[in-house]
Amino acid sequence: MSMAYVRDRDAPLRAPPVGTAGALGWLRENLFSSLGNSLLTLLLAVAIGYIAWGVLDWAVLRAVWTGADRAACAINNAGACWPFVWEKFPQWIFGFYPISERWRPVTAFLIGAAALVPMLMPGLGAKKSNALFLLVVYPVIAFELLAGGLFGLPEVETTSWGGLTVTLVVAVTGIVFSLPLGILLALGRQSSLPIIRSASVAFIEIWRGVPLVTVLFMASVMLPLFLPNGVSLDKLMRAIVGLSLFASAYMAEAVRGGLQAVTKGQTEAGLALGLSRWQTTLKIVLPQALRISIPNIVGIFIGLFKDTTLVLVVSIYDFLGIINAGLQDAKWAAPQTANTGYFVAALVYFAFCFAMSRYALFTERRLEPAGRR
Amino acid sequence: MPQTAVQFIGVNKWFGSFHVLRDINLDVAQGERIVVCGPSGSGKSTLIRCINRLEQHQEGRIIVDGVEINDDIKAIEEVRRDVGMVFQHFNLFPHLTVLENCTLAPIWVRKLPKREADALAMRFLERVRIPEQSNKYPGQLSGGQQQRVAIARALCMTPNIMLFDEPTSALDPEMVKEVLDTMVTLASEGMTMLVVTHEMGFARQVADRVIFMDQGQIVEMNAPKEFFGNPRSERTRLFLSQILR
Repeated sequence: MSMAYVRDRDAPLRAPPVGTAGALGWLRENLFSSLGNSLLTLLLAVAIGYIAWGVLDWAVLRAVWTGADRAACAINNAGACWPFVWEKFPQWIFGFYPISERWRPVTAFLIGAAALVPMLMPGLGAKKSNALFLLVVYPVIAFELLAGGLFGLPEVETTSWGGLTVTLVVAVTGIVFSLPLGILLALGRQSSLPIIRSASVAFIEIWRGVPLVTVLFMASVMLPLFLPNGVSLDKLMRAIVGLSLFASAYMAEAVRGGLQAVTKGQTEAGLALGLSRWQTTLKIVLPQALRISIPNIVGIFIGLFKDTTLVLVVSIYDFLGIINAGLQDAKWAAPQTANTGYFVAALVYFAFCFAMSRYALFTERRLEPAGRR
Repeated sequence: MPQTAVQFIGVNKWFGSFHVLRDINLDVAQGERIVVCGPSGSGKSTLIRCINRLEQHQEGRIIVDGVEINDDIKAIEEVRRDVGMVFQHFNLFPHLTVLENCTLAPIWVRKLPKREADALAMRFLERVRIPEQSNKYPGQLSGGQQQRVAIARALCMTPNIMLFDEPTSALDPEMVKEVLDTMVTLASEGMTMLVVTHEMGFARQVADRVIFMDQGQIVEMNAPKEFFGNPRSERTRLFLSQILR
């Protein structure tokens, strides 16, 4: 064989061998790539099937669907007690909100949803006015609707708020306040001014060092002791503030991680162009840092949403709290009542958290710099 | 005698206890093209980064376009507006399109309306011969294209002085030429340029003066013909023999 070689015609481009591409290839590669892997696949399939069957059997096949009280559900081998849910559901949504006024939380919710959905759809324009409405106008409307007092709406004390309404109020205000506050704290922690830096670090470390239950107790029991006589802050408000500050400390750390992941070259390029420090931070560093932090930020949002259940310790009846309270009702005392209530609670919390998680994933992919996919 | 663009007077700088710039004296005339070379760690990047205050000098004076570089942040921002910089690793903003990379500073610093900034950016993207990439993101371009965008981005601020910090060192070999060609064009248009590079062909072709730095000092400075043909310092000769094979 000689050393010189020149290709005179191209090797043909061919399709991959059978069984390495397509559905069959995927199965082979991902589920049955080796003996151990195949066993694991089968084992997990059996386990998942077993659990799924159990749930289906309990929640659907053996379930009681109609009835007026415990008599319907207190039968042998009964599954989920759905009539209990049908009866209690309005209360789970509205708490002790007066029945004649329930249209108000519904309206507040509908306006919020109508403003939020276009906000979440990247294709739609007018983001600025939409955001302005959601963050400035909407809170006023929602608060007025819920609390009343003006425009002939009878006042409804926050102590009668409850259920999913309260869960959403606490979670949404918590999320809306903790993100900007967390960003400010993260920037403060990176500041070159020692006072701002130390103050941010102190704030973050103190709030992260205290359990949320303690924060809520402090807000509900201790704080009024420090306030001058005659001044009283609404209990729900105090819980929301406590939860927001608590979440903002974690948010700050999540954002800091993102800020540190943006290379120094980005800042230098911004400064070299004549942008000020603030412009460089706002236009160049922060957008990239936030994109990197999305998974952690949403993790904190989800945590915050679930942590709202802890407001029960200061006697605020959120969604889980009110379900719990309803279980004491002797009218529905049956073996599966509690399970059914908690099952619904789990479904609802899961639905919200899963939606947040999926939307975050979608956003993360959308904002991923093109060319890095 | 043309006006002085950049002036270093007895400049010293330390990184911790490491003396990175030692007694730098240098006058760069308006329209002059300077190439700075030297072994790594010799302080050449630090030298040009002091001009727009990405590094702070501790002793001596640096005067850029008549403005002294000191702690006055307003003066520094003013200088930075008129001094463009191109980095080794491009440092394009990955979350913005090519066009947005170019218009960011004109819009936010020069307060140009978006439409004018877009037109300006397209003009410079045409000059670096990639107007068709304007709506792509930096990550979708090759290294050479990215560096040309970086040059266009700097030019959009219509700077008087351009600093190049090893602009071709991070490029694949086949992309070096397209970037150097862009720089040659820029030089032929009379831009004041300070270029840190090891591309000696470029130095021969466009430099008015070549500076050799070693251990934080300017060891030798001369017109390229003399510099390459008849280096006076032993250290320069050694360095040239190592890079010109």
